[in-house]
Amino acid sequence: MMRLELVKRSEKSRLMSVLSPVVAVALTVVFAGIVFAAQGHNPLTGIWYFFLEPITSLWGVEQLITKATPLVIIALGLSVCYLSNNWNIGAEGQLTIGAIVGSILPILFPDFVNPVVLPLMLLMAMAGGALFALIPAKLKTVFGTNEILTSLMLVYCSNLFLDWMVRGPWRSPQGYNFPITVDFHEWAVLNAVDVGGIYLNLSAPIALLLVVILAVVMRSTLKGFEIRVLGQSPRAGAFAGFSNRRMTAFAFALSGALAGLAGMMVVMSEIGKLQPVISPGYGFTAIIVAFLGRLNPVGILIAGLVIASSYLGGEAIQTSLQMSSKLATVIQGVLLFFVLAADTLILYKVRLVTGREGEGAHA
Amino acid sequence: MLEAIILTIITAATPLLLAATGELVVEKSGVLNLGVEGMMVMGAVAGFAVTISTGSPLLGIVGGAIAGMLVSLIFAFVTLTLVANQVASGLALTLFGLGLSGLMGESFVGQPGIKLQSLHVPGLTDLPFVGKILFGQDLLVYLSFAAVFGVSWFLNRTRAGLILRAVGDNHTSAHALGYSVIGVRYLAVIFGGAMAGLGGAYLSVAYTPLWVENMTAGRGWIALALVVFASWIPWRAAIGAYLFGAVTVLQLHTQALGIGFPSQFLAMLPYLATVIVLVAISGNRRATLFNTPSSLGKSFVPDR
Repeated sequence: MMRLELVKRSEKSRLMSVLSPVVAVALTVVFAGIVFAAQGHNPLTGIWYFFLEPITSLWGVEQLITKATPLVIIALGLSVCYLSNNWNIGAEGQLTIGAIVGSILPILFPDFVNPVVLPLMLLMAMAGGALFALIPAKLKTVFGTNEILTSLMLVYCSNLFLDWMVRGPWRSPQGYNFPITVDFHEWAVLNAVDVGGIYLNLSAPIALLLVVILAVVMRSTLKGFEIRVLGQSPRAGAFAGFSNRRMTAFAFALSGALAGLAGMMVVMSEIGKLQPVISPGYGFTAIIVAFLGRLNPVGILIAGLVIASSYLGGEAIQTSLQMSSKLATVIQGVLLFFVLAADTLILYKVRLVTGREGEGAHA
Repeated sequence: MLEAIILTIITAATPLLLAATGELVVEKSGVLNLGVEGMMVMGAVAGFAVTISTGSPLLGIVGGAIAGMLVSLIFAFVTLTLVANQVASGLALTLFGLGLSGLMGESFVGQPGIKLQSLHVPGLTDLPFVGKILFGQDLLVYLSFAAVFGVSWFLNRTRAGLILRAVGDNHTSAHALGYSVIGVRYLAVIFGGAMAGLGGAYLSVAYTPLWVENMTAGRGWIALALVVFASWIPWRAAIGAYLFGAVTVLQLHTQALGIGFPSQFLAMLPYLATVIVLVAISGNRRATLFNTPSSLGKSFVPDR
């Protein structure tokens, strides 16, 4: 009988820490090739269209950056949560509530038109997302309630709340009864500017800035140390005087604020008003981005671009190969499995052994 | 009216009960599989696909269970053989299941399905009031109750159940006694997959014979909450599932009455109820801790 056997390494493999996401992406490409072949396409053609063709044009690069930006911003916040052992999976809801709170200004005060509106909206969205994220955090610290389930349940509630807002109190009188709010005024949207043939707005540089800030915080501040210590050993953290409860509130508030910020910027740059659906699941996909980036800020930046390309790839295979764009979400899920599986290589050596050999080696 | 309400509560509760009973066994073996939603939705799409291609809802249900088992095997391999993080892998399973079911079900959207037949015992089913409730349900409703009794009996009255609980409470000791921790957990995860698949197939074959993308709508997560609510005791999971079924039905009936209350807030009720119930349960920590499998969510690498 053959089986896999794990042999613990004496210390973490630094090589594998860097290599494991690469291995995971490579395996995902192979998987995608098999799917294309199974559907009767040349696997190499499929891989080309899915992974590479979308980024061969300037327009494609622009789309890539547009899609990657919210993913990176949300995943940065989630990485702090996951590193400190707080399982916030409700970023999609925090994104939605943040966008609703930030939209109060252009919708309820359409006459308040000046340059202050934009930064105010972003701040309000962050506050809204953070407060909404504090609900599962407080339930966890005060009552010991499982934050995975509560944060997820609140996603359904927030989406229903947005649905009610745009069909009820906030529905535009000029919207021909469509479930949409009024269009935001000129100071409440993010305008794109030409950067060497690519049209970008403020959100991409903000995402980059956040990557740098978080990288510095994690690497060389006490807060970064606190996050990691409390995640790995709450007891050790307690001896160092760190509070696990405060960390839970901090991590949730931070990730909620970043999700709210991302949601607001998506609305301000791509939609310009509120509607029943404002995100194609960025809050959930960002979970994959966070893990693919190994919960490291720079890693998350790269992972965000990789995952964003799969969205574009889905659209590309739809137009060029007449395949379903839903293949993209399957490939994202498979990628996360491969990432988690490849992480095993950091702590363990994996050996394929036959029954007899396995017994003999350790007798 | 009351009869109609009870009948709809049963149909709303059954998928939750099936999935929760399966997950209860998985967690009793020490594995936290957060992918119930993904396994359920795979069961739903496979159940629908098999039903309309064979014309037999019974085969559809079997197909749903098999689909749930197959995707649970991926989770089992990644978390048990490769000792990956169970929380993250469970999320991966959910995202993967939602994606794959959407892809597989694309051509079924809008197609009419075939509804699973309800039992009809001449005489008994025609009894007033209790007849339809007790003797006029479909196979899966009876199966869900059989599962509750079966699992309860298995966990508390059989040697295999004792071994499974030992593996979940202290995997190191169970390993030292010579039991295959990984083997037991594989079987438990596959059983959980089959039950979640059945719960999903119930949705697309019995509840509403249709395929709609993401048709599980968070029921897998509610099933996970039910296991906590039940503090890992099967009959309590049944009570929980029927309470949630009642909340869902209450919401539907209130919407139908059209009392001007926004339907979105009524639709939030099952999710809000989940949060409230979880908070209420976690307030009573001693009772919860007593039944929680001690090795829940912890990976095990045999030291051979």
